[in-house]
Amino acid sequence: MSALHVQRMALGQASRRLAGKPLSTLLSAIVIAIALTLPALGYVLIDNLAGLARGVSGQPEISLFLKLDATPEQTRALEARLRADTRIAALRFVPRDAALKQLAQRGGFAEVTGLLTDNPLPDAFVVEPHSENPDAFEALRRDYAAAPQIAHLQLDSGWVERLHALIDLGRSAMLLLGGIFAAALVIVTFNTIRLQILTQRHEIAVLLLLGATRDFVRRPFLYFGALQGLLGGLLAWGIVAGLLRLVAPRLEGLAQRYSIVLDIGGPHLPEVLVLLVTATLLGWLGAALSVRRHLHDGPAD
Amino acid sequence: MIRFDTVTKRYPGGQDALSGVTTEIRHGELLVLAGHSGAGKSTLLKLIAGLETPTSGTVSVNGQDIGRLKASQLPYLRRSLGLVMQEHRLLLDRTVFDNVMLPLLVTGERPKDASKRVRAALERVGMLEQERAMPVTLSGGEQQRAAIARAIVNRPSILIADEPTAHLDPAYAREIAAIFRDFHAAGVTLILATHDDTLFSPYGARRIELARGKLLS
Repeated sequence: MSALHVQRMALGQASRRLAGKPLSTLLSAIVIAIALTLPALGYVLIDNLAGLARGVSGQPEISLFLKLDATPEQTRALEARLRADTRIAALRFVPRDAALKQLAQRGGFAEVTGLLTDNPLPDAFVVEPHSENPDAFEALRRDYAAAPQIAHLQLDSGWVERLHALIDLGRSAMLLLGGIFAAALVIVTFNTIRLQILTQRHEIAVLLLLGATRDFVRRPFLYFGALQGLLGGLLAWGIVAGLLRLVAPRLEGLAQRYSIVLDIGGPHLPEVLVLLVTATLLGWLGAALSVRRHLHDGPAD
Repeated sequence: MIRFDTVTKRYPGGQDALSGVTTEIRHGELLVLAGHSGAGKSTLLKLIAGLETPTSGTVSVNGQDIGRLKASQLPYLRRSLGLVMQEHRLLLDRTVFDNVMLPLLVTGERPKDASKRVRAALERVGMLEQERAMPVTLSGGEQQRAAIARAIVNRPSILIADEPTAHLDPAYAREIAAIFRDFHAAGVTLILATHDDTLFSPYGARRIELARGKLLS
């Protein structure tokens, strides 16, 4: 008897048990799907909201404001130094005249700038570092703060730290929630298998009497748990995708009001695979624990 | 060969179901265990099948000490035996065919070969025509014959039956006895526990009698 044949037989038996009680199968799958939906939806939304946060604030930047009396030579020297720095991904020079024009174009500032007799704004370099890591920002700040041409250096690392902290908090919350709901899924499967073992007590006793090994008896239950988990996972995927379709236009509309192009997507294939594999493994685990607890070796009825 | 060497079986809180039993059952033998209810007949059969372990003494089947077998080895011992229990223990939600198929599912027989063997076993007990019947639609004698077919489908060298003719009318009981006689004639070792040993005495059965767990003869 080949190992593959044995596994196929157990899988077939588990599938027949699932198909034999469609209502009970559907209800269990719905319970599992609800348990999986919340953390899965939360994860996808956090991922998308991280994108939204990036959209609101743009790429994290450092603004280097030059002294008003900085000479063109000093400005070119600083530019050369910045361009040679490999930690910097992009560099933009904002001349003082352009800065004043931008200020004038903003609602409410046109009248104020019109009253000015002289341009009070300095030339500036806007730097986008390669890394969004707050430590990298701090290192750049340290290096350029002492440069003689620079009057003031404005760092976005506070925002970066807050964003990181918020995303980390959200992910931790989802992880915690996921853990709690994973336990719920294991318990649901544990109980389903316990009831199955009880209702099939006579059949199990007969099989053991006829020389079935413990593995032979437990295998269909394990497959049952895994298949039930998988069904729940598929249903959860459907629910998450459906809810995202409902929420996406509203969130995208909200983002558009702030001139942010937001394209809410997901769950993507890797996320779906993680969801399905996790659901299957948790179902298997619940079944394994139940079988270990409730299935005994002896054929006595 | 099956050997009992000063075997005692004591159930928790109860008296000795078997007490110091020593006997030997040779290959191809037809052995009838006689005795009243509670004499220890079923316990003796359960010890052979590894369904119970002796409190003291040793039970060996084909040289294997049952008491020393690991839990993982017991299923393989049971596959080499055919068991017919007093309550036939057929699965009521399966057809006769599917019930007889069970031992072959356990051993992972290929479906095509398994079907042939199931039909051959059913034919030997005269149940081929009822292969699609559900057990509840069968008479007591037919259910017992289906149970016998299930016990022999794996072609065991030892067949154990606990009160196989209990609750059957005399005509059905004689039919069942004749089926067992045929298996014995084919070389199978037969161990039967029965109240009515007269059914098997015409077939040259060795008879041993138990009373209150002790071997009388």
